[in-house]
Amino acid sequence: MRKLVSNISKSLSLYELLKGMKLTLSYFFAKKVTIQYPEQKTPQSPRFRGLHALRRYPNGEERCIACKLCEAVCPAMAITIESELREDNSRRTTRYDIDLTKCIFCGFCEESCPVDSIVETRIFEYHGEERGDLLYTKDMLLDVGKKYEKQIAKDRQQEAKYR
Amino acid sequence: MQDFFSQFFSPELALTLSYLFKIILIVVPVMISVAYLTYFERRVIGFMQSRIGPNRVGYFGLLQPIADALKLMFKEIVLPSKSNNFLFFLAPLLSIAPALAAWAVIPFNYEMVLADINAGLLYVLAMTSIAVYGVIIAGWASNSKYAFLGSLRSAAQIVSYEIAMGFTLVGVLMCANSLNLGDIVIAQEGGISQWYCWPLFPLFVIYFISAVAETNRAPFDVAEGESEIVAGFHVEYSGMAFALFFLAEYANMILVSILAVIMFLGGWLSPVSFIPDGIFWLIIKVAFVLFCFLWLRATFPRYRYDQIMRLGWKVFIPLTLVWIIFVGAMMQTSYAGYFH
Repeated sequence: MRKLVSNISKSLSLYELLKGMKLTLSYFFAKKVTIQYPEQKTPQSPRFRGLHALRRYPNGEERCIACKLCEAVCPAMAITIESELREDNSRRTTRYDIDLTKCIFCGFCEESCPVDSIVETRIFEYHGEERGDLLYTKDMLLDVGKKYEKQIAKDRQQEAKYR
Repeated sequence: MQDFFSQFFSPELALTLSYLFKIILIVVPVMISVAYLTYFERRVIGFMQSRIGPNRVGYFGLLQPIADALKLMFKEIVLPSKSNNFLFFLAPLLSIAPALAAWAVIPFNYEMVLADINAGLLYVLAMTSIAVYGVIIAGWASNSKYAFLGSLRSAAQIVSYEIAMGFTLVGVLMCANSLNLGDIVIAQEGGISQWYCWPLFPLFVIYFISAVAETNRAPFDVAEGESEIVAGFHVEYSGMAFALFFLAEYANMILVSILAVIMFLGGWLSPVSFIPDGIFWLIIKVAFVLFCFLWLRATFPRYRYDQIMRLGWKVFIPLTLVWIIFVGAMMQTSYAGYFH
């Protein structure tokens, strides 16, 4: 009986509804969590997996030795590699294409690479305007690597002790 | 106003022109407030969800409603095949027309009212009742099962809650002894303690909740129920035809809020004696009631359909009847002064 009375008085006084409204009102004045994207950005991990890049050694030599491990491990089959022997008898790629429309950015290529040649950078704000713009060739990937080498090297070094 | 126009035109034409001018003076601010109510809603609900809401178009996103309206105007109005074209276009008009027509009797100040008629309250109730036809016809003419289900739900809901809403207003009539909205406000003169929301507090709460249900707003928005019946009665509408439903919904929201203010919160009257009365009090109070509408939407999940019906028929109608009888009985005692 007492429970019934308390239930009825609770529902007639809208006790629980008002409690809920108090909660939403407290959020009305709370700090907002929205990141206003072009002006503000979320912090990035050094392990961020964005646009790919091919690296070179400090002396200018390409790192990639055309072992094709990345091509083999790629679950989306986005990588295509062709290789030849160079004049000095070292094996190098003649073609290294990544189809970014196929790529799922899993980072396996980076993991499998024995010479740290193919890496994923922190760049995520890129786009293509025409069909084929997102098919990155060897030259384009090397250019990305050249442009962002400082950041790439720093990130690798920072993460080295965990690998 | 009439004098001004009669300098140039015949008396009949001057009368018509002065009324037309007054109508524009009411409709244009109503339409602007409808547009900015949508902006206000998105901002308030965003804030309650720890978001910011639209803030990109113009300063603080203030041009967002204008951008939305322009977008809707340029959109195609898609006609569903096998729909009844005449009814399909009649429905949005039927829902917007009463929503605007009801504004004719709303008093904004002692003198500011378009039609100062004695049956003002009945007129408002009649006009808001017509709005349900827009919903029913929209659902029927669309030739879509979702629209049809939505319109049935909405029609049943509006009809049920109209009864509870009507009864709460009976309480106000008993206190004010008048159906004229201006007289009802004037009867509440004398500061915040004289407002009818105190002696009629349960009726005020029930009126507010019924008003939310009456305008098909969350948490009573089963007529739209996007998770079950996509968008309810206006699922087949696009472009300006959809915009008319949207305008009607928000115009109705402002209308029931302004009615709540006139009936229970003293209309344009100031709550304290040292600040003068004025239309700005009406605007402040309406803004607060509208904020409560949005607050409810941000807080509560949607009611189940049978719960809505139970609340309307088994809780609100008996409660309002009991309180009306109580008020009537108290008026026969020495406490009668408290209820006038």
